[in-house]
Amino acid sequence: MDLTYTEAEEEFRRRLGEWLAAVLPGLPPKPSPDDWPARRAYDTTWQRMLYDAGYAGLHWPEDAGGQGATPTQHLIFLEETEKAGAPYVGANFVGLLHAGPTVAAEGTAEQRARWLPPVLRGDEVWCQGFSEPDAGSDLAALRTRAVRDGDDYVVSGSKIWTSHAEVADWCELLVRTDPDAPKHRGISWLAMPMDAPGITVRPLRTLAGSTEFAEVFLDEVRVPVRNRVGAENDGWRVTMVTLSFERGTAFVGEVVACRRTLDALAAEARRNGKWDDAVLRRRLGRLNAEFRALWRLTQWNVAESERTGGVPGIGGSVFKLRYSRTRQELYEAAAEVLGADAFDLDREWALDRLSSLSYTIAAGTSQIQRNIVAERILGLPKGR
Amino acid sequence: MDFQLSDDQRALRSGMRDLLGAVFDRDRLRAAVERGGGVDRGLWRELGAAGFFALRLPEEAGGVGLGLPEAVLLFEEAGRALLPGPLVATHLAAGLVKGAAEGEAVVTAAEGGGLPVADLGGADAVLVAGGVLTGEELAAFVAGARPVRSMDPLTSLHRVEGRSAGAGASEAYPGALRGEGALLTAAEQLGSAARTTEMAVQHAGAREQFGSLIGSFQAVKHLCADMLARTEPARSAVYAAAVTGDPVEIAAAKLLADDAAVRNARDCLQIHGGMGFTWEADVHLHLKRAWLRAARWLTAAEAEEILAGGLGPVRPLYGGSAALG
Ligand SMILES: Cc1cc2nc3c(=O)[nH]c(=O)nc-3n(C[C@H](O)[C@H](O)[C@H](O)COP(=O)(O)OP(=O)(O)OC[C@H]3O[C@@H](n4cnc5c(N)ncnc54)[C@H](O)[C@@H]3O)c2cc1C
Repeated sequence: MDLTYTEAEEEFRRRLGEWLAAVLPGLPPKPSPDDWPARRAYDTTWQRMLYDAGYAGLHWPEDAGGQGATPTQHLIFLEETEKAGAPYVGANFVGLLHAGPTVAAEGTAEQRARWLPPVLRGDEVWCQGFSEPDAGSDLAALRTRAVRDGDDYVVSGSKIWTSHAEVADWCELLVRTDPDAPKHRGISWLAMPMDAPGITVRPLRTLAGSTEFAEVFLDEVRVPVRNRVGAENDGWRVTMVTLSFERGTAFVGEVVACRRTLDALAAEARRNGKWDDAVLRRRLGRLNAEFRALWRLTQWNVAESERTGGVPGIGGSVFKLRYSRTRQELYEAAAEVLGADAFDLDREWALDRLSSLSYTIAAGTSQIQRNIVAERILGLPKGR
Repeated sequence: MDFQLSDDQRALRSGMRDLLGAVFDRDRLRAAVERGGGVDRGLWRELGAAGFFALRLPEEAGGVGLGLPEAVLLFEEAGRALLPGPLVATHLAAGLVKGAAEGEAVVTAAEGGGLPVADLGGADAVLVAGGVLTGEELAAFVAGARPVRSMDPLTSLHRVEGRSAGAGASEAYPGALRGEGALLTAAEQLGSAARTTEMAVQHAGAREQFGSLIGSFQAVKHLCADMLARTEPARSAVYAAAVTGDPVEIAAAKLLADDAAVRNARDCLQIHGGMGFTWEADVHLHLKRAWLRAARWLTAAEAEEILAGGLGPVRPLYGGSAALG
């Protein structure tokens, strides 16, 4: 059990820290949450800066245009960028954290060459078209149909809760290619260009007030067969690869951010006198234990994946289960620190409290994570 | 960074599990329960011979020369097996009290704070705030102690008056000793939490109702999943605290491991149904022990205050650091 970083890792951290200190003050102010083109521009500009500095796709394999960095270096990257207050991946979330890694793991050489470099450069943004109105937790019940016509699939159906759909260039899309096969065996994973005719995007407003996701209607959209990743009807297996990236690594940086928030909450409570309330103080203390443990669990999982190599394990479900709830508790405590100001959306943390509510739903609800933990890790029998 | 068990650490842990399987199987456990706890001197010596108490003494002093990371692995196994006796105090006393390292002496601790003293009967020494009681001092201490009808059948308890009865553990013990006591106790809690998870999963995979294994019912399945989601973060916290020795991190480890042990034992009991409420099932032994350990060395209230004190000011925006403490 070694928690010290090697000389090379420390050197990597130092260089990154210097670079961040040099470039961050020059960033433009963050755009308004409702101005999607500006949000996209902000997020992709940051990605381009990372690319130019050699920090894009750190953990991607070298033959996918990445830096082939170790998971530990990637962890340091996430830790330092969060600590420095650098921009979040934002609109690049899907491209960098799950569609990209999926293409890198499952795509052909041609597909990797076509899709990966623009993600790394911040030129192209991806969205995720998995969920449908009647296929949420039961994702494999999806009905969006893809019918082969020559070199194309003709796709009709609808997707929902598609984050970043308004500004995306590509969509990782799950479609049904064999309606007669058992539900898990008739699915394919396609990369759909978002400018293809027949696509209508209707933004949906979240309870936080902004439009973070959308409905996507597909009316005979032609998607070239060569855009399929993995074999036809083998899309469920590819999907599991995607989800393991989504649940396994996508939240790592956020734990660091939560620890910063917790420190800031303590500082605010000391300032406004709430610190004298022992119940609140102890509650913050307990959250400190939770986030420390989540950070250590992350290091544990990273070290494990470094030993086994490749795709993160389903241990990510244990992490996600605990993290999502703890994040919500953090912002409940924040509301207590804020007191009456918790109702002012312009106060820091008020909006975060609202968005934290999605954490036990998005990327697989907590109930579904519990099913996964119980059945796939603990080996309990499948329910009927 | 390589936050995983090394091959040697794995071997150490499985060696300990094998040893306990051989010298403290379920029959011996149940015999100890019927005896009302207390120390089996023969077993104590076997533990001593295996290096359980001398683990962290330097080799020059006849010890094994290993550190806290290895110690928590052994205590985790002890917690799993519900091994009775003042394991933590005797381990801490190695090098301080003659014979402790070898398992010749049984040493318990009076932590203060009004907490009853465990395993006092037959102890050769008692760790107290200011040092160690032996000989006449010990005899006087024991004479002033009153046996308590202990809730935990594996741990005899004595209430003590006067000296060291009043002060809280925080004032009573030098920081290092108290921190180590808390961490090793947390490791026992971790082992217990992992064990009750296993017991629950085992039962859920064997017991049928309504024509199905109860483990196929989601209400049961989700209890089990939550048990694992308590155990694993606690494990990371305990192991990390053993590596860094940082007091705030030790507080986190104790708090989360106490929680995991107590709540997992309760869920395990629930999953066992009426059987879980019997003397015959081992579940209550885990729960009672977990409750007792949670009150020892560092309580939840104390841990939370330490953790609160470790918060803020907001770290400087730039500037690298070593492992995020
Ligand atoms: C902010 C946000 C962003 C999102 N972004 C995207 C995106 O970009 N792309 C995308 O494809 N999807 C996205 N999603 C969708 C998300 O993955 C789904 O909302 C989620 O999987 C749940 O599906 P559902 O909404 O249909 O709820 P349902 O599946 O209808 O669930 C409703 C309730 O029933 C429970 N439930 C359902 N099945 C079971 C079961 N077997 N056992 C126990 N309980 C069960 C659930 O836990 C939940 O409490 C996003 C969601 C949110 C909130």
